[in-house]
Formats: sequence, structure tokens, C-alpha cells
Amino acid sequence: MAQRCVDGYHVSEAPQNASKQELDTQDGTGEQIALSVRNVYKVFGKRPAEVIKRLKAGKKREELSALGTAAVIDASFDVKKGEIFVVMGLSGSGKSTLIRTLNGLWAPTQGSVVVGGTDISKTSEKELRKVRQEKISMVFQHFALLPHRTVLENAAYALEIQGVAKADRTQRAEKVLSMVGLEGWGAKYPSELSGGMQQRVGLARALCAETDILLMDEAFSALDPLIRREMQEQLVVLQAELGKTIVFITHDLNEAMFLGDRIAVMRDGEIVQIGTPDEILTNPANDYVAAFVQDVDRTRVLTAGGVMEPPLAVVTISGGPRNALRTMRDLQVSAAFVVDRRRKYQGIVRDRDVMAQVEKGATDLAAVVRNGIEPVSPDTALNDLFGRAVESPIPLPVVDDDGRLVGALPRVTLLAALGNVPSTTGEFPVVEVAVAPIPEQVVTAALAQSEGATK
Amino acid sequence: MIENFRIPLGDWVEVGLEWITTSFEGFFNFIRTVLIGAYDGLDWVLNAPPFWAVILVFAAIAWWASGWKLGLGTVVGFTVIVGVDQWDNAMESLALVVIATVVAVAISVPLGIWAASSLRVSAIVRPIMDFMQTMPAMVYLVPALVMFRVGIVPGIVATIVFAMAPGVRFTELGIRGVDKEVVEAGHAFGSTPGRILRQIQLPLARPTIMAGVNQVIMLSLSMVVIAGMVGAGGLGRDVVASLTRLDAGLGFEAGIAVVILAIFLDRVTASFGRDRTLAGAKAA
Repeated sequence: MAQRCVDGYHVSEAPQNASKQELDTQDGTGEQIALSVRNVYKVFGKRPAEVIKRLKAGKKREELSALGTAAVIDASFDVKKGEIFVVMGLSGSGKSTLIRTLNGLWAPTQGSVVVGGTDISKTSEKELRKVRQEKISMVFQHFALLPHRTVLENAAYALEIQGVAKADRTQRAEKVLSMVGLEGWGAKYPSELSGGMQQRVGLARALCAETDILLMDEAFSALDPLIRREMQEQLVVLQAELGKTIVFITHDLNEAMFLGDRIAVMRDGEIVQIGTPDEILTNPANDYVAAFVQDVDRTRVLTAGGVMEPPLAVVTISGGPRNALRTMRDLQVSAAFVVDRRRKYQGIVRDRDVMAQVEKGATDLAAVVRNGIEPVSPDTALNDLFGRAVESPIPLPVVDDDGRLVGALPRVTLLAALGNVPSTTGEFPVVEVAVAPIPEQVVTAALAQSEGATK
Repeated sequence: MIENFRIPLGDWVEVGLEWITTSFEGFFNFIRTVLIGAYDGLDWVLNAPPFWAVILVFAAIAWWASGWKLGLGTVVGFTVIVGVDQWDNAMESLALVVIATVVAVAISVPLGIWAASSLRVSAIVRPIMDFMQTMPAMVYLVPALVMFRVGIVPGIVATIVFAMAPGVRFTELGIRGVDKEVVEAGHAFGSTPGRILRQIQLPLARPTIMAGVNQVIMLSLSMVVIAGMVGAGGLGRDVVASLTRLDAGLGFEAGIAVVILAIFLDRVTASFGRDRTLAGAKAA
């Protein structure tokens, strides 16, 4: 009766495969690739080709430092349309070099980068400029605004390069400036603005270009933590509104986890793992990633859907009070979730109420269903659940967009998720014993009695 | 053995110089004509109007560029020049400095831009500039004399060669010093290299380039006196005359006029490189 498989959210053994399956099921099959990177190498130094040859032969990059520095080693990934793809790594991991190959600021030493159907590693300078104007724009770590131009002129810069007439580009830039919360600042110069505001101008400039893809190179790293948080939230909102594809570079794991639909973790020029924040956190590919994710604030990353248990104590409304009471007796619980025939969540019932119904000989379970506990969505971050878990005497019901009960969140599961220990699944009744259930014999007696009465 | 060791460098230079002079005579004559024309024209502009009108114009420029203090200082300074009877000479020298500076900047800034764009060019240009700047200035006068004959032109040419180096060096330095990310931003939004140079690199490098131009002017002024030796006229002629006649008074009068010109040119050009955009470039 319990639904064992909890969509794609359940922890799986093989993170890489799981990610593909999961995304397939989430997005359907028709998803489009915005950006495709295949076997990209970027080597600086005297003999780049030789370095690549030896890297392929299995040498480590430290052994080849005399020949050249391999900044990016064999990077391959696809970025889907409308996703925020985060590349995370410490300084020197090659992430800034990698992002610069995506718009051709650095030509890859080997490999291909396809942006919207154009392989920019093979195209002419002129063609490349066109791709940069129309398909891919960029936000920089230190804002990179033109200090001798006003905020408005900066925001309109991309349009100016595209050859848009002045009146038109001014109007469009003003619109985008108000979108990022800088209405009325157009006439100021960048030096008159705070760091956070300057980066809003940087963001406005990139948005104004109206490209599908946005590259963000440590875009929020130079900002104060509070401002950074605000900008991250605003970016998520803007992304949802505009549907941009974003490649975001950061060294801050919390930022990566907060923003990323998927995260690529880089180390020493190589991508060591690509996966959803959940996967990276719960199934790190190696010790390096594991050490890296140790400090992350798990409560912000993990979601109700990611850690929930299958709900066992579930009774159907059509089954009536007797069935419900029997289920609760068998599982030794004092309460159960109630669903309708289509598994839509209705509320909870308590054993005492149900027993009273049974003793009265009533057949309507709906009369004793309580609605005191608001169900939670699978996307809710754990951070937002602790308060409610404390207040709720029984596990929190997790309900999908269609209102169907898909899982339950006992307090012990929340705790287990924080410690990254696997919480028990399946064998235990998921409804906790917050209130001691009515002793089994009493229930059995009541059931027998009611059976006698109905006869 | 060692007494006989002698590199005939001087002979080579002489032979080379003679060859250049005879082979490119037409070219040198052309340059001579152009420079004389430009110099005479500018000299006429500065010397033909009454001195007080010219002083007022200079004061206005100083006021506009820097402020009323420099404007007032300009009036006082140039009145002193008139007072020591060096006005005509000072205007001749100013014309020489302006022509030499314009030509030197016109050559050195593009050369600096080129050097900034390529490490190889930079590696070639740099030692040449070092050579041109450290070679004693008077050494230039002789070949210039041979090529352009006595008069104002060898003075201008020697001044250009001597004063060019800081123009190249500061331009290269300024452009290389432009925030890499801002240049990247230009590329990232699909701008052409020429446009990036015009819209980003040159405006942001302007304070440094202007410091270079300022240095070019100062070096030109210091050459004015030496150019007097080859008959370039102006303040240099009086300084040289005072030297040969042991006339300390005349020398000082001409010298103070050079100093006043120098201060005026330095302050005015320095204030061109400094404005709102500099503050902006620092903050970014």
C-alpha cells in the first residue's frame, strides 16, 4: 500500500546516471541543448600540443609544468536551455579559463564549443563577434563597467555594439535597469554606485543584449555577503522570468548549491563531478568533493523531496473507519495520513477518533479527518521545515503539485539528513509515536465488538 | 696590438649618413618645407597679434583647463616675459615646442599603441626608445644639420627625436594598464578591436598618455636651448649668445622665460589628464 518509489528524488547509487534519468523524467524528452562543450583542453605555455598528448597518455599536469600549464583538461558537458549550470572550484581550478572558452575569449587548445549551433572554436573572428552579440553575453567578477560612461550608457553598451539606434537602445536599457532595481540611476557614473549596484549594472548590460545565454564569472564574489544573497535571489527570480540559460562560475559552494540546477565541480583543471546539488551533497564522487561539501549548509540545499520517507501509515477515505483502525493497529501508530482514491492528501486521523467512530458503528471516516497540518511541497528546503516539524506532533506530509501524497518527513529524517547518515526507510512505521497509540488489545476488542454489533 | 684595436664606428656612421642624405634628398627637402611652413605659420599667429591679446588667450586657456589661479599666474608670468624683452623669442620657442610636440605625439602614440598590442613590437621598440632618449641630445644636431641645413628645421627634428620616447613608453604603459576585464567585456559583447581601442583602451589610458604628452613637452622645452646652437632662433639663441659673450644677465632673462613657458605648458597639459574619468577609473 505504501508507494515505494518516490519519483526521481530517491538517493541512488550511481549519481551520474541518476542525474540523467532524473532530468529526463523531469523535463520530458524534448529538452534543447544551449551550449555544448566537448573534450575541451586549454593549455598555456610553450608547447601546448605536447602537453595534451602527454595528458592523454596519463601524465599528471604537475609533471608537465615545464612544457606548459594545463588550465582546462578534457572538459565535456552540455548546458540545457533555461538551466543554471554552475561550475564550482577553488582558485586555480581552471573555472575562469573554462568560462572564457565558452564565448571564445580564450580559444580552446583542443576540443569544440558549440553555442546555439555554431562551433566557436572553428569560426572566424567576424562570426565569433556575431555569436557574442546575439547569443552569449557575460557578467564579470569586478563588474568591468566603462568608468567614463554613465550607468545608462553602460547598460546600453551591448546594444550600441549591435548597432541599435540611440533612442531605441536608451529605452531598452532603461527598461532593463528598472528590472534590476536601478530605476533613476541611469545618469550616474559607475564610481558613484556601491559594489552591489555596480554589479546590477553589469547584469543589466548583459540582460540588455537579449542573448539566450548568460555567462557569469564569479559575478557575486566581490560583494558583501548580504548583498550577495540578495543578488542570488534576484538572479533566480530573473531567470525564472526571462528563461535565460546561465553558466555561473563560483568558488562558493553555498552559492553553487543555491543557484545551480546542476553543478560541475572542478579540480586542477578537470571536472570531477557533474550533478544536481542533492547528488553532489549526498553522493560525492570522490574524497575531494566530499571534503568540499562538508562545510555546506545542507539545510538550504536538501529539499523535502530529497530526504522524505515513503509514507506507510496511509489510509483511504473510502476504506472507512474500521480499515483505518486496523491499519493503525498493525503499524502500532496513533495517527495516519488520509488520502482519497486518487491518492490526494486529505488530512490525518487519530486512532482515538477513529475508534470512537468504530464504537459508534459509524462508517464515515471523513467526519474525523483533521486538517491541522499543512502539507509541504517536495521543493521546500529543509531550512524552512524545522519550525513546522517542531510544531507538528506527527511527520509532515509531502504532497506534489497535483495534491498527491508522495512522502512523509519525520523529525528523525530531518536530523539524519543534517548528519548525512542514511535514515531508516521502509521497515519502520513512518508515523512517529508522538502520542502513545491505544494498546493493541483494546483496539482489537473494539474491532471485534463493532463486528459483533454490525452482525 | 691593443693600440691598433679600433672600431671604426664613427666612419660607418658618416658613410651611412652621407648615403642617406644623398639618397633621400627629396624626402628631406619635403620634410623641411613642411616643417618650415608649419613653424612660420604658427610663429606668425603667435607674434603678429599684440602681446596682450595673446596673453589673454593663454590666460583663458589656463583658466578653462585648471582654474582662475593658473589663469592669473599665466598673466603675471607672460607679463614678466614681456618685461624682460623676451616676448618675440619666447613665441618663437613656443612655436618650435608646439610643432615638435605635435609631430612627436603623432608618431609616438600610434607607436605606443602598436607596442601595447604585441610583445614582439614592444621588445623592438623599447631599446630604440632607450637609445633615443639617453643619447646626448646635442649628438642629434649634427646629422640633423647635415640633412636639413642650418635653421629652424634641424632644431625641430632633433627635438622630435629626443622628446618622442616618453610618448611611446607612457602610451604603451597606459594601454597595458587598462583593466583587463573591461577590455574583455568589450570583446565579450562583440566589439571590434578598433572600437575597443577607441571606446575603452584610449579613454581609460588617457591620464597616462597625457602624462606622456606632458613629458614630451617638457623634453621639447629642454631641447629649445640646445636647438639654438644650430640657428633655431627663439630663446635658445639668446642663451647661446649669453654663453659666448659671458653675458649672465641676458642668459638669466632668456632662462627665466624658458622656465615660465615650462610651468605654463606643464600645468595646462597636466590638468588635461586629470578629471572625473580618472576618479572613475580608480574606483572601478
